[in-house]
Formats: sequence, C-alpha cells, structure tokens
Amino acid sequence: MNDMTTIAKTTPKDWETDQEVRWCPGCGDYAILKAVQRTMPELGVSPEKTVFVSGIGCSSRFPYYMETYGFHTIHGRACAVATGVKLANPELDVWIITGDGDALSIGGNHTMHLLRRNLNCQLLLFNNEIYGLTKGQYSPTSQVGTKSPSTPFGSVDRPATPCAFAMGAGARFIARAIDTNKNLPTVLKAAHAHQGAAFVEIFQNCIVYNDDVFAPFTEKANAGPHQLWLENGKPMLFDGGKKGIALDRKELHLKTVDVVDGDWEAAGVIVHDVKNRSVAHMLIDLRLVDGFPIALGVIFDDPRPTYDSAVIAQNIEVSKGKTPDLQSLLAKGQTWTVEKDNTVFG
Amino acid sequence: MASVAQTLESGSSAAIQNDESIVVRFAGDSGDGMQLTGGQFTLSSALSGNDFATFPDFPAEIRAPQGTTFGVSAFQINFGSGAIDTPGDAPDVLVAMNPAALKTNVGNLKPGGLIIADEGEFTARNLTKAGYTVNPLDDGSLNKWQLVKFNISQLTLDAVKPFGLGNKEALRCKNMWTLGLALWMFDRDRQPMIDWLNGKFKKNQVLADANIAALNAGHAYGETIEIGGQVKRHHVNPAPVAPGLYRTITGAEAVAYGLVAGTQLASMPMFFGGYPITPASSILHYLSALKEYGITTFQAEDEIAAIASAIGASYAGQLGVTSSSGPGIALKGEAIGLAIMTELPLVIVNSQRGGPSTGLPTKTEQSDLYQAVYGRNGDAPMPVIAARSPSDAFDCAIEAVRIAVQYMTPVMLLTDGYIGNAAEPWAVPDMSTYKPFPVKFLDTVPEGGFKPFSRDEKLARPWVKPGTPGLIHRIGGIEKQIDTGHIDYSPANHQAMTDIRKAKVDGIANSIPDQDVCIGAAGGKLAVVGWGSTYGAIHQAVSRARAKGLDVSHIHIRHIWPMPKNMGELLHSYDKVIVPEMNTGQLKTVLRDQYLVDAKPVNKVSGQPFTIAELEVAIEESLA
Repeated sequence: MNDMTTIAKTTPKDWETDQEVRWCPGCGDYAILKAVQRTMPELGVSPEKTVFVSGIGCSSRFPYYMETYGFHTIHGRACAVATGVKLANPELDVWIITGDGDALSIGGNHTMHLLRRNLNCQLLLFNNEIYGLTKGQYSPTSQVGTKSPSTPFGSVDRPATPCAFAMGAGARFIARAIDTNKNLPTVLKAAHAHQGAAFVEIFQNCIVYNDDVFAPFTEKANAGPHQLWLENGKPMLFDGGKKGIALDRKELHLKTVDVVDGDWEAAGVIVHDVKNRSVAHMLIDLRLVDGFPIALGVIFDDPRPTYDSAVIAQNIEVSKGKTPDLQSLLAKGQTWTVEKDNTVFG
Repeated sequence: MASVAQTLESGSSAAIQNDESIVVRFAGDSGDGMQLTGGQFTLSSALSGNDFATFPDFPAEIRAPQGTTFGVSAFQINFGSGAIDTPGDAPDVLVAMNPAALKTNVGNLKPGGLIIADEGEFTARNLTKAGYTVNPLDDGSLNKWQLVKFNISQLTLDAVKPFGLGNKEALRCKNMWTLGLALWMFDRDRQPMIDWLNGKFKKNQVLADANIAALNAGHAYGETIEIGGQVKRHHVNPAPVAPGLYRTITGAEAVAYGLVAGTQLASMPMFFGGYPITPASSILHYLSALKEYGITTFQAEDEIAAIASAIGASYAGQLGVTSSSGPGIALKGEAIGLAIMTELPLVIVNSQRGGPSTGLPTKTEQSDLYQAVYGRNGDAPMPVIAARSPSDAFDCAIEAVRIAVQYMTPVMLLTDGYIGNAAEPWAVPDMSTYKPFPVKFLDTVPEGGFKPFSRDEKLARPWVKPGTPGLIHRIGGIEKQIDTGHIDYSPANHQAMTDIRKAKVDGIANSIPDQDVCIGAAGGKLAVVGWGSTYGAIHQAVSRARAKGLDVSHIHIRHIWPMPKNMGELLHSYDKVIVPEMNTGQLKTVLRDQYLVDAKPVNKVSGQPFTIAELEVAIEESLA
C-alpha cells in the first residue's frame, strides 16, 4: 500500500465531487456514498491514487460522485476493466462498484474470475434484489415469487446468494453490511486492509422498485433478533447478547442458543474466527427462518498472494538478465544473408 | 518455364533440371506432421535463396479420425528464382501420405504433375475410409499424372530400426523420411535440418538420431537406383533480391513483432489481453514470451474481458492491445464502442476466418470488413487497417499503434488466417530507420484549467494517467459534455460530440500517404482494387495481363477507414473498377458508397485463396 507519511490528510469533503447526485430521493445509495466518503480519509490514501470502476446500473453511477479517478464502464464489465487498470498500475487503489444484476447476471463470469485470481481491490456489490435502472425487473438475487414487470405472476427461479457465490469462486475476503447501518465504515476499512480481492455485499434498499425487501432484518425493531454482527475473536452473539450461535455437533449445522446471564461459554456459543472457511460457509447460508439471524460484518478474511503481485513478480523474474533489443529479436531464428552478387549465407 | 511434368516426360537425364519455380504440396493425415515437413522445407528454400510463399491448409480438428478425408492436413509451397507472390495455383508435385490425402488433393495437381504416394498406407482399410473401392495406385485412374509409389512407412521403419523405438513412434519419423527425399529432389543441403532436429530433440537424443536417420534414409533413397529415372532432381536458382539479412516470417509473428516495435517507438509499455481462438492465438503466444520488452499478457476469461482489461490498461497509461478472430470480435463489439466513446487508445487485431458464426475456423476469408468498419451500435467511427502479406503485417501493426496513440482511438488491424499462418522471406528491417512517435501524457494542469475532453490539432483529447495529481477526472460510456466530460444528454451537445468523433477519425486521412498504384498507370481502362491477403494473386494476375498487353492496374488498399484522400479521384480515373474479395463484396460496397464509383465485385468464398488464373479470367472478362 501507499506510504502513509507522504499522504496529505483529507476530510470527507475532499472526496466529494461537484456533480449533482442523481439517485431517487431516499435511495440507499446515498447512505453508502456518505459512508464511503467518510471512510476514505481514515484509510491513509490519496484521491489521485484512487480509482473507482463501475459497470452499469444505479450503483454504477457512483464514480461520478467520488473526487477520485473514475471509470463508468459498460454493463457487467467493471471487474474486467479494473483488472487491466490494476495490472497496468498496481500502485493504484482500485474500488469496484457493482450491483446484483451487473455482478451476478451479465457480469457473473468476470466477478468469478476476479475473485478466483485474487486481484488486489475492493468490490462493493450493492444488492437490492431488483433491476432499478431498467425500471424494476426481477434480478438474480430476487426472492422466489418477486412480482415485477417481467414476472407479473411472480418469479419462479431460485436466487443466487452473493457471498456463497464469492466463496465458491475462491474469494479470500467476504463481508456483509447494510446501507444505512453504522457498521458499514468498519466493514469498508477491513475490506481495504485486506490484501487481495475484498468482496463486500451491501444490502441496499431500492425505495422505488423493491422497498423494504430487507426490512425483516434491517428495520429497527427487527435488528436485534435478526442481525448477527460478527467480530473476529468475539462470540457470535445477537439480540443484545441474549442469543448466540452454536454448533450442533450431531447434525453438523449451526443452531441458535439462549445465553443466560451473559454466560455464552456455557451456552456453547462459537467464537468467530475469520480464517475458518467451513464456519464461514455455514454463516453465509443462514436464512431468516427458525429464529436465525442474518450474518453480517467480516465473515471470512484469510489473505493469499494477490494476482497482480504474482504477475508483476513473474514479469520481473523472467526478464532478469535479458536486455530488450528489438533489432536482435527481429533477427532471431534461422536467418540468411544475401550478398550483392546474390550469394546466400545461411 | 519448364515444369516438373515436362521434365518427367522428357525421359531420363542424369543432370539436375533447372526450374524458375516449382509448387509442391505435402498432404497427409493430421497426425503425419505435414505442417512440420512443410515448415522445414520452407526454411530450406529460404536458405537456398529462393523466394517463396506458403499455404498451410489444415482441418479444425486437432486429431480427426485417422485416414479420413476431413482429417487431411496439407502444406503448399511455391518457391522460385523470380519474385513469388502466391503459394501457386496448382502443384507440380503432390506428396500423398495416404489415400485420403491423394483423394482430396490430386484434383488440383497440374496435368502431368508428379504424385509421390506412400503405398504402405494404401491398405484396404484406409482405402475404404477415403471412399475408394479400388486402389487408385493400381487401376490406372491416375494416368494423366506421373505416379511414383513406394512404401515410405516400411522404409522408415527399416531406417529407424537400430534405435529401438516402438512401432508408433518409429512411424512418426515418416515425415522426416519424406523431407529427406524432398531435399534430394530439390538439391538442398541437409545440414540445417539436422541441426534443427538436434535442437528440437535435445532432451531425447534417441529421437533426434532416429529422425536424422529417417531424413538421411529418404535422401539416400533418392540417390540410389531404387527410384532412378522415375524422379528427376530439380534445382531452383536463388531469387535476385536486395542484399541484406533475411529470415522467414509468418503473419502472426509479424503482428506480434510489429506491436512490440510500435510500443517501443511510442515509448510505451504494452498490455495484451487475449482469449484463445483460432487463428489468432499465436499472437498471444509470441507476446507472452517477450516480457522483457515491457509487455504484460493476460489470458482473460473471455473475449469481452480480454478487450475490457486492455481498455482498463489504456486508461491506466499502458497501450492496451487485444486480438481475436471474427466471432471474438463480435463479442468485443460493445467494448470497442466504449473505447471510442471514452477516446482511449487501443489496438484490436482481427485475424479473419471463414464465417458466419463458428464458420470455418482454420480456413481463410475476408468477410469481416463490414464488421470492422460498421459493426457497432451508434455512430461509432473507428480506423481500420489491413495487412496484405505476412511481412506487411509488421508495418501495419506499427501504423495501428501510431494512429491509436496519436488520435486517442481504438484501431482495428485486419489480417486473416492465410496471412497469419503463411510464411514468406522477410528482409529484417533496420529499426533505426523508423521514426519514433513518443507518447506525451498530460501531467500538469494546463493554462486555463484542465478539461479531459479538450482537443489538440488532431482533435485528440489529452491522455492522463490515474495517479497524476491535479488532473482527477471521470470517464464513461455515457455521452459527455464537450470539454468537461461530465454526463450530458442535451441535444446540441450530442450532435457536437458525434460530429467531433467523426471529424477526428476522418482527419486521420491527413496523416496517411496518398493511395499508390502497385502496378500500371494511374488512370486507364481497368483498375483491380484489392485489400488484404489477395495481394499476391492480384499482383501476379495483373502482371500477366499486362504482359499480354492489357491496360490494367493494381491498387491495393492498406487504409480501409479512413481511406487516403486521393482515393476517389484515383478510382474515377479508370473506365472500370473490379474488386476481387474473399467475401460477397464488402470493400466494393464501401467504395461505391464513399466515391459513387461503379465498382464490380469478383468474389470467392470457399475458404481457399484466389488463384492467379481465376483473377486473370476476371480481368480478361472485364476488358472483353
């Protein structure tokens, strides 16, 4: 990363552009934008060394509102463009802004390969379970039965789980947050601190086409019993510490347990270990049924060498001791010389 | 010119026959190593100082079922003591390694031409697979040609016996036996081939020795009485060429080296994003091995990621390059539009193949001209350059890089399967004679403030590397305000931006040379206008027609879009214009549209290049 001593201190204002923000009033994107602009000064990075790359969709307008370098690309291709940016200049701090349609439908292939390769970047997936910009069609994360202009009788296909997709693709950092939740900056900071592809799913409310779809766990009244905020090294407690997550050793799945008098150890509550891949799988799969909460915060964080560093290292390694000499490259292989009298020397 | 056929008819002579040019076609099963035999024979021709042109012609299947007609792989070479522009219309000599190879290739052999057949492979099973009910080597059906048959398979097995190889491995040396015989026939030195085999099998000396033994045995077989009188030896004198250092080069190598040269002249690192596709993959292979030239290669997950990553790299300050063939170019279409809209430099190489859809992956065609010039949504002008030959692809690649960085635009370079795979002699260029065109990034705030879409005299916008303090800006595919680059959908602004994008690309015509006439006068009765790999055939056909006294000129277009400024005037100076193309008339349409000229199409879409004879007929008919 950048040498923090040389970077001038910034304020959230320094990360705001003069562009008029054009999301619908009340859109969750406003909260995410504010959270990002509030987080940037705390990361010790400079605006000119930062690039926001997006695809197409409501979320993908994001780069226009960040006072950094930015590239609003085409539908689904943000990950591919970002890969070229990072490989061409690994010094840049690359953020990818995408949505559920952009990253998991039209651009699913690029998302998979970016995570598999482990490009050093932050990928923020704004999941609103709907296509907003095209006026409300159901998306690959919409719940079964979603009524939309293209599914007037309700959608019949099962949705993808973004974090499970990321896990399957080999992501080494997987986190979840909520647009308006105060924990979003903490998650963003952790994503930035992670060396490698950091995948963050942000539940974002689309006030026009899918309002309150996450209300069962984001509404104030539901937050306690249905939000499990994970912290590395801390017990998995929710509902004000009255409940916890434990392992059903017989059935090998997670279960909820009651915590009496704060004695979570007695209740068998698991301590969160961000490097535990198996538990991460189970946490991602928790649904709002049978009293389970939604797992939020940093679910998995276990860095591996990044793709960009490996590419650069190999470029340097195999170039060692070689002097680029175009003239001799052109004359490589079997050549022959023709003299003035047309005699040939092989 | 004395043909092999004539020599054969003239009876026995101990002397070596001198010829001006000879066409040889090696044909066998895909697993027989015919491309290797042809490649080495090409090298041998080069080292003998002949001019030459080659035509590798192979199936899409890696190992098609053995012995079938669709599994036949062939390599044709035309070598001579004069200028050679095409791989030759019809072979003088056909080497047929099995019945299927004979069946698919003999029809094209010159009457009286020589067939050398491996009779060991003409088994009942192989004859059936090729669709023969009777053995053609025995039934007199090949009487109009000279037939020489012997059991190459058995002779090879005998020759490599001392090395203790398995039967299968031993038979793999058949192609070297055949090469040895060909070297004898055409009076060639064996040593370079022996050196090559020692290098190729340096980790397995037994295989090297076995292959060398097979090569020597094939050569010795010619020397001995065993085929004396049946096959004559031929000598082709060196072609008179300019003194200098030469090598053989294929179009794919030339594109790769040209891109390296272009980025060096531009003082830029190169980022190459590619996805495997026939016949374009070899460009990715060549560049992957040249990292010390500041080249990063990226095998992307698909064609779209290949170009999108290249666009990202160009945005970040390297020269993005991507390469594909027609189907892959189709997938890249939307991203090409993004590069046009964001005005970023990018080179897109299209090695055309037979289409539409998957089409004919290993066969050649020129049917992506519409796709290159028109194939995008919106008014999306993009410069297009076409290489005429393997060696020309080197200069075309440099030109593509120059236009891309000087005009901040994607550029498409068209080659085709024939140019990509074919080899020809190449006078190694002296790079000190090329004028550098170093890129200047904007790195300070200009007087009056920074505007990302301000323009220079070429109408190009400034290129700014992210990371540059004071020049932070955003770009994207949405229409942008004419100088700030902010989103702007207003009617007048879109009109103005559309006009500027067009004017910028049209203005490239100011930086390219006037269209020249390759042979003949500027003005006259007939112009034959071509582009791309039809160059050799048109050149020869026009030369021959002119030798007969016909008033015909050859014009070959490198800059397909925009065209040179004198093009309209030049075309109108002829009574008639014909446009031979390996498509249904695409350049013809562009010429008619741009210059209101009554260009007539001459088309061939068979996956095979034009023959000289076909074009001679077209010329004569036009002037009749």
